[in-house]
Amino acid sequence: MSLTKYESQLREPLVNGNKTYGQVTNDIVHTIEVKPTRLWYIGFYVSVAFLLFGVYSVYREVTYGIGQWNVNRTIGWGWDITNFVWWVGIGHAGTLISAILLLFRQGWRTGVNRAAEAMTIFAVMCAGQFPIFHMGRVWMAFFTLPYPNTRGPLWPNFNSPLLWDVFAISTYFTVSLLFWYSGLLPDLATVRDRAKTKLRKHLYGLASFGWSGSTKHWQRHESLSLVLAGLSTPLVLSVHTIVSFDFATSVVPGWHTTIFPPYFVAGAIFSGFAMVQTLMLITRKVMNLQDYITLGHIEAMNKVIVLTGSIVGCAYLTELFMAWYSMVPFEQDIFFKYRIAGPYGWSYWLMMTCNVISPQLFWFRKLRRNVTFTFIMSIVVNIGMWFERFVIIVSSLYRDYLPSSWSVYYRPTIWEVGFYLGTFGLFFTCYFLFSKYFPVIAIAEIKHVLKTTGESFKNEMTALEQKEADSFYDEMHHDHHEEGNVKVAHH
Amino acid sequence: MALKKFVVGCFEDEKVLFPAVAKVRKAGYKIHDVYTPFPVHGLDKAMGLRDTSLHTAGFLFGLIGTTTAVTFMTWVFTKDWPVNIGGKPNFALPAWIPITFEMTVLCAAVGMVLSFLYICQLAPFVKRHHFHARATDDLFVMVIECGDKTNEKELSSFLSSTGATEVNTQVAEEGWWIGRYDKEQELYKETNIA
Repeated sequence: MSLTKYESQLREPLVNGNKTYGQVTNDIVHTIEVKPTRLWYIGFYVSVAFLLFGVYSVYREVTYGIGQWNVNRTIGWGWDITNFVWWVGIGHAGTLISAILLLFRQGWRTGVNRAAEAMTIFAVMCAGQFPIFHMGRVWMAFFTLPYPNTRGPLWPNFNSPLLWDVFAISTYFTVSLLFWYSGLLPDLATVRDRAKTKLRKHLYGLASFGWSGSTKHWQRHESLSLVLAGLSTPLVLSVHTIVSFDFATSVVPGWHTTIFPPYFVAGAIFSGFAMVQTLMLITRKVMNLQDYITLGHIEAMNKVIVLTGSIVGCAYLTELFMAWYSMVPFEQDIFFKYRIAGPYGWSYWLMMTCNVISPQLFWFRKLRRNVTFTFIMSIVVNIGMWFERFVIIVSSLYRDYLPSSWSVYYRPTIWEVGFYLGTFGLFFTCYFLFSKYFPVIAIAEIKHVLKTTGESFKNEMTALEQKEADSFYDEMHHDHHEEGNVKVAHH
Repeated sequence: MALKKFVVGCFEDEKVLFPAVAKVRKAGYKIHDVYTPFPVHGLDKAMGLRDTSLHTAGFLFGLIGTTTAVTFMTWVFTKDWPVNIGGKPNFALPAWIPITFEMTVLCAAVGMVLSFLYICQLAPFVKRHHFHARATDDLFVMVIECGDKTNEKELSSFLSSTGATEVNTQVAEEGWWIGRYDKEQELYKETNIA
């Protein structure tokens, strides 16, 4: 089950600097053992401030009702369902990195998978709030669960995509959490065994579940991660597919289309990778982890961004083509009169620029490996992906079948925006706490690939490869001579 | 649980560890366990451990999830409370695929993680004797159980000859129990030999 038994010299090392196992531990665990930097405190308090504002916005919504938002009878899904889809999408990159890239044996995932999985969990936590609070009477949220009740029992409608969402999101959260935490156990044990203070030893002892590193446990652990990766892979595809069903199974023009599942999944991975880039670029800088999250890692993720960005672009064009080709006046009007033009036309073109045109710059290797450019692009892509969901939701809804219910004046209230900002606060508060108290890089997995893809190993291999190439050349040369001789003999 | 005596040898490189495991097994000693900071592939085979069947458990848990979801939804929609939803069939299997799939994955994942924790005896508050603090850092720690007839001195020098950089003898409980972390530590005696 080795990730990479042998790696070509053409691939750059995944771990820079001639590290030993001990140094790897030290580099990664060090940040947990020292006091956080000023920058960390500033970031943390700003996040908490955002979170508190979000809590107050939600308090107003719960107390006074959905009227605190500007969603109306025509545009029933405004900012908050946009935010829901956006956050769920962001979560997808974490699972893609930890599960799909594990199955594809991509060694570079080891540098970023732990933080990306954490990001998934926090993003899904943020996402889940939106549909729950959109219910209005949030204390009734448990009505969506099929539990034996005194109303019959009356069961939820299992044929409804909204109920599928309940199952998909909760399963996704649970499985991601299990996958993440089971991977964390050995690394938490590493922190425990290095701990100097009694409290730290005790807390990390609790958190690491008494992990010892026994060979049998490792064997089971490997089997567990492989099967969980195998389960998460279809799961992650199913989650955004089901989210897209919320739209695709309706009869609203612009939503009722079969292209939605693949289009949503590609978009999710696209925006998720952009968010991973944002976080990783900050993390590697602040925590001094440039040796583990190398330019090679950043380039690999940028390649995924340009691929999925192009898929998303294809989907946008296909939608326009299908609207024209369908000969359905409602479809054509929605796309050509009210989406790419009309009062919300600006958001469509913003989406097109951010998602389709600007990522194409990543075809240039120089830009793929440029940290500043990547950071700016990661933000641009996420703005674009937010507008994609906004365009899909609002531009399909504001022109109903009945012109009497047409609406243009949808602008979010401060509490609607505050809720969104609050989830940013939640997300970054969680991420800051995670980066302080947990190893942000999978220590054991880095050690596992160190001897095959570390820089010192690569240097050793260069000499070895040269020797092999020389002997191969000599042999070929020798063979040719022999062949020549044989031919001569035949003659 | 009874106290047992173990001879502990620490290795710094997996390249040294593999031949050492083979030599120790050949010499007839019983390897209690090898503790490593990361999964060393092939070590389980070298130690003669059998393959894990955890994935089979995962499959069975998944099967439980599938059948639970399908039978439950069938019962609700055809027996318990059939609802006329736009004249559509009550037994609407295609519409149940998403929930069935999610339940399969959920049961398989939760079941498998819980079985993993159970068979590895991992849980918060579980107290285990850790033979070396650096076993989770950068050392490969081989632990050999001493029988009645084992000559510790001989075994220690044998371990050193196979490449162990640090050898010592420890008396410890072999199993695990639920208890407090620092209090229980007093039970152990540790004597350095080499």
